[in-house]
Amino acid sequence: MHRSVLRGLLFASPWIVGFVIFQLVPIAASAYFSLTNFNLFQDPQFVGLRNYQRLAADALFWKSLLNTLYLTVIGVPVSLTAALAAALALNMRVRGQSLFRLFVFLPTVVPVVAATYIWRWLLNAQYGYVNGALGAVGLGQPLWLDDPFWTKPALILMSLWVTGSAMVVFLAALQDVPETYYEAAVIDGAGPWAKFRHVTLPLISPVILFETIIAGIFTLQYFTQAFLLGQTRLNAASGGPENSLLVYGLYLFQQAFVNLNMGYASAMAWVLLFVALAGTWLLLRVSRDRVFYAGD
Amino acid sequence: MQATEAAPAPARAPNGVLPVTRQLSGRRVGGAAWRYVVLAVVSALYLFPFVVVLTTSFKPADEIFKLPPSLGSDRWTLDNYRAALDAMPFGRYLFNTALISSITVVGQLLSSSIVAYSLAKIRWRGRDALLLLIVATMMLPPQVTMIPVYIAWSKLGLTGTYLPLLIPQFFGLPFFIFMLRQFFRGIPEELIDAARVEGASDFRIYRSVVLPLSRPALVALSIFAFMWAWTDFLLPLIYINDPEQYTLSIGLYSFFSEHGVEWGALMAAATLMSLPLVLLFLVGQRQFVRGIALTGIK
Repeated sequence: MHRSVLRGLLFASPWIVGFVIFQLVPIAASAYFSLTNFNLFQDPQFVGLRNYQRLAADALFWKSLLNTLYLTVIGVPVSLTAALAAALALNMRVRGQSLFRLFVFLPTVVPVVAATYIWRWLLNAQYGYVNGALGAVGLGQPLWLDDPFWTKPALILMSLWVTGSAMVVFLAALQDVPETYYEAAVIDGAGPWAKFRHVTLPLISPVILFETIIAGIFTLQYFTQAFLLGQTRLNAASGGPENSLLVYGLYLFQQAFVNLNMGYASAMAWVLLFVALAGTWLLLRVSRDRVFYAGD
Repeated sequence: MQATEAAPAPARAPNGVLPVTRQLSGRRVGGAAWRYVVLAVVSALYLFPFVVVLTTSFKPADEIFKLPPSLGSDRWTLDNYRAALDAMPFGRYLFNTALISSITVVGQLLSSSIVAYSLAKIRWRGRDALLLLIVATMMLPPQVTMIPVYIAWSKLGLTGTYLPLLIPQFFGLPFFIFMLRQFFRGIPEELIDAARVEGASDFRIYRSVVLPLSRPALVALSIFAFMWAWTDFLLPLIYINDPEQYTLSIGLYSFFSEHGVEWGALMAAATLMSLPLVLLFLVGQRQFVRGIALTGIK
């Protein structure tokens, strides 16, 4: 009994040691740094809660938080809906099904740097193919990357291209729905929409909740795509037009690695942690009556 | 004991690429046409950007900036690829990236699998609590630990080397640990017990029974670890300064900083950077998709 605990811990020790070195100690250090002024070259200087007070009065902090919340509250539902729609289409029984699935998944393996530059080209206001297509059908041609109103929709549009992993998870969930449920629904006179609304959706709702939490957490940490979409020749860590691309992770990066305000950036990291926890809690609460767990 | 070749069934059936039994009855054949239309449209939307990148990369500059944009060209050329390869030491970046990605795979294979063995095949008090802790750390925003860890590497004088990227890979990753644990649990206990009766130690069972039976999951882990290391941007951005040490991600990023509007060369460089991963995915897609299904995330 006692020996089995030792053995278990021994085999798990790589993660436990790594957890202490790369997470536990850094978490404690980060909490301390968030209470200091620290520029990497001098010793940290204790300032109490002043970093947090300064954050509350920092317009760019609020701007970056709102930019990230925009992507979380609007972007996540949009991209998960697209992933679900793609999964429904790819769940249809046809010849060559696996080939269609391959096509939809392929963009997900393109390196994010390459993918973002590809979209900078596609979204080029004048020569880009997106505006070319919009113009061809007589629609407006937004300045995707220069108009502060359109930069975040551009990010969301980009995210639709790489929904492959959520799509695969939804596909797995769709295949777990027993065929007999659909047959029963048809006998009761259900059409395609009623089948989706009253059979599919309730049965895959736990997976939707799970994917929403995962995507929400990833979106709160969002950095690379916004960084690369806002990148200009003279200012690598630009926040884009009128800081419309200054997402939270990007502002934190600027503070930590451009301005070397390690204390201030640490305070930002802690605010992010609390936002992530609060968001997850809220999502679990709101969804409690809407998610259906089979076997409950 | 000799391990059998038959892989155990994973905890959840693999999906996605398995052939589906076709039940196209007479009544349904007419209905199949619109399905193909839907799927063709969806596929076209996802594939279109690839077509644009490839055609742009083979076009001369004056045709790239032509209105309205068109996919065709009368003068296909390799000039953009030559320009991209002249402007950056692509081979060097490729080597650096492959090196980091390979060491990452080795580190994760060794560390994540042994932790997963403890969580799946050793019965010990505290095991479930540890699993919960491991999964819970996936929720922690990396920004919280990123700054102190950077400061520590910097105090050790190791920023500007690959060590800050590589060393953490030898301590297991929650995603991989969880994925392998799910897979290991599908290995029948009778096999483990039989080995124990014969006097095999846990390490022996891990090495000679569990690992040989888990090849699909280990392949999935390798593909994921390789792809993540290959595409990683933030950590190399923070830790690597010397152009000689650039990865493909950082190389492409700095190429854009210097040659932003040379779209032809940029699309050629993006194609070259993506090609190895696309090929890897085409070869290993079955394992890749199964890995996502085992864990629910990519």
